[in-house]
Amino acid sequence: MEALLACLIGLMFAAALYLMLSGNLVKFVFGFTLMGNAVNLLIFTAGRLSHIYPPLIPPDQTSLSRSVSNALPQALILTAIVIGFAMVTFLLVLLLRTYAHTETLDLDEVSFLNEVAEDTPEPIDEDQKIQRGSE
Amino acid sequence: MKILPALPILLPMVTALVLALLKGSQHRSHLVALGGAVIHLVVTILLLTTVLTYEVAVLWVGNWPAPFGICLAADYLSAAMVVITAVIHTAVISFARHDIDSGQVRDGFYAFMQMLTAAVCGAFLTGDLFNLYVWFEVMLMASFGLLVMGRNPGRLTGGIKYVTINLISTLFFITAIGLIYGLTGTLNMADLHIKAAGVENTALLNAAAMLLMIAFGIKAALFPLFFWLPAAYHTLPVSVSAFFAGMLSKVGVYSLIRMFTLVFTADAGPSHAILLVVAALTMLFGVIGAASQMEMRRILSFHIISQVGYMVLGLALFTPLALGGAIVYLVHHIIVKANLFLVSGLVRQAGGSFNLKSIGGLYKTNGLLAIGFIIPAFALAGFPPLSGFWAKLLIIKASLESQQYTLALLSAAVGLLTVFSMIKIWSEAFWKPAPIEERGSSAKCTLSPWTLAPVLSLALVTVLLGLCMEPVIRFSMSAAEQLMNPQIYIEAVLGGRP
Repeated sequence: MEALLACLIGLMFAAALYLMLSGNLVKFVFGFTLMGNAVNLLIFTAGRLSHIYPPLIPPDQTSLSRSVSNALPQALILTAIVIGFAMVTFLLVLLLRTYAHTETLDLDEVSFLNEVAEDTPEPIDEDQKIQRGSE
Repeated sequence: MKILPALPILLPMVTALVLALLKGSQHRSHLVALGGAVIHLVVTILLLTTVLTYEVAVLWVGNWPAPFGICLAADYLSAAMVVITAVIHTAVISFARHDIDSGQVRDGFYAFMQMLTAAVCGAFLTGDLFNLYVWFEVMLMASFGLLVMGRNPGRLTGGIKYVTINLISTLFFITAIGLIYGLTGTLNMADLHIKAAGVENTALLNAAAMLLMIAFGIKAALFPLFFWLPAAYHTLPVSVSAFFAGMLSKVGVYSLIRMFTLVFTADAGPSHAILLVVAALTMLFGVIGAASQMEMRRILSFHIISQVGYMVLGLALFTPLALGGAIVYLVHHIIVKANLFLVSGLVRQAGGSFNLKSIGGLYKTNGLLAIGFIIPAFALAGFPPLSGFWAKLLIIKASLESQQYTLALLSAAVGLLTVFSMIKIWSEAFWKPAPIEERGSSAKCTLSPWTLAPVLSLALVTVLLGLCMEPVIRFSMSAAEQLMNPQIYIEAVLGGRP
């Protein structure tokens, strides 16, 4: 079972990397989500899989008397899911805003290559100068 | 005061909540934020004095004993880093009064800054690897908020680079956490120190160590992973970029130091040898990158990279002297670098631009600003008797003692190139006569004390650090001693109650 999951996680990582390296930011988001899920599965598998009892203390006892499954990976995964969800949401809004500004989400486009510093005066193009002159 | 290690995290969080609810005037928010920052500073100094008496202060959150619960542990290094965080935070908040406009305040600038400070302190204080991951995420979210506030579309493309590379770094981080948990069954750092030595599958453990190194390397802007930093920092508002420049990459350096002294020592060979090469290349490429720039904040951003190289070099050499040097370097660098970014903001206010070509003559018009620049600039370049000289001296001495002569030579050469960049800024912005342009009317610009005071006091701290170096070095040496022999830390975390 663990070997099978390990293969699946590897496959998910590969697919996610492929998506993230594609140069398109929308595909990056999908790759990011996929890799986040792959990591969650990795943590889940790292906590060892076994068909044993749930980690519950019976009502008439005060401590565990038999070996139970590991509850910690679930707590870790839950945290990771919540954080990943917040990150994806933020990333999507950021992409939407950027798209409104650049009208492209392809990272090879020119508008991504030279970013404008905060309130640095934009260099005035020659034709703009001419336009101003004619006014 | 059992709860003391948690206070540097809790206080800014509370202030952030108050500030988020306080949708009032700009000035009231500023005063509340400044008050919160000052109280935070006092508490962190209290924590440092406690740590100086008891060596390690530990808080088991919720009274769950380690390694089962999360614990906060402040040793010398953590406590010192937390104090510096608070110092920089206070300076930046004071500076922000005349730097952040009302739209940015409405978008939550002060609240985000407080959350960022809380997260940075959390990362410095936590004793649990997964908790470190959570603090990294909180830090990221707060920095994302600061990055995009104010609706400046020009900032978005630089922001995308910052956001994506950092998200990738957190994915690497949590993958490493998963692997380490699978191998050892624990995530408490002190417990990991014991359990990592007994792991049979050393190949997989090394793989996890490399993943961690890449994750922290992205944060710290190490050699092949630094491209996002100069692309993003110069697009930010000045106060934000000063805090980012001072603190954020140094959280990566701190995490590297913590993990590669406490957990991955059993196989110090491969990881530290890699770090050695990476550190050398980081120093070199950072300083060369800076030489080709003419935008003040871009020059400074590239210098962050080259300076991070020195600190990682100290870690990679892995002798007590080198680690002590790295800690002195951390302390010196954070103060100086944040100050230089603040100065760049004042240069823009006084001269009208960040671009060195279109400003000049500030030495004549703004003498105080010139003093505020020249002290951190020459501390950065390593002139005696300023703090940078001692930091560089320790690192170079440590590399000579480890017989890494090439590295010692390289460190000295990089220092020389740093002087070149600083002199470039000095002669272009301060000495050269102001270019006669439409912006020439800024000669009468008077700088507000709210912005000048943090710059001058940080410069004063730099001078004092340089003049009273002996206690600082002694402190750093005992911090390095603690890192090299983590028995005290481990006993404090895993042992009984303080």
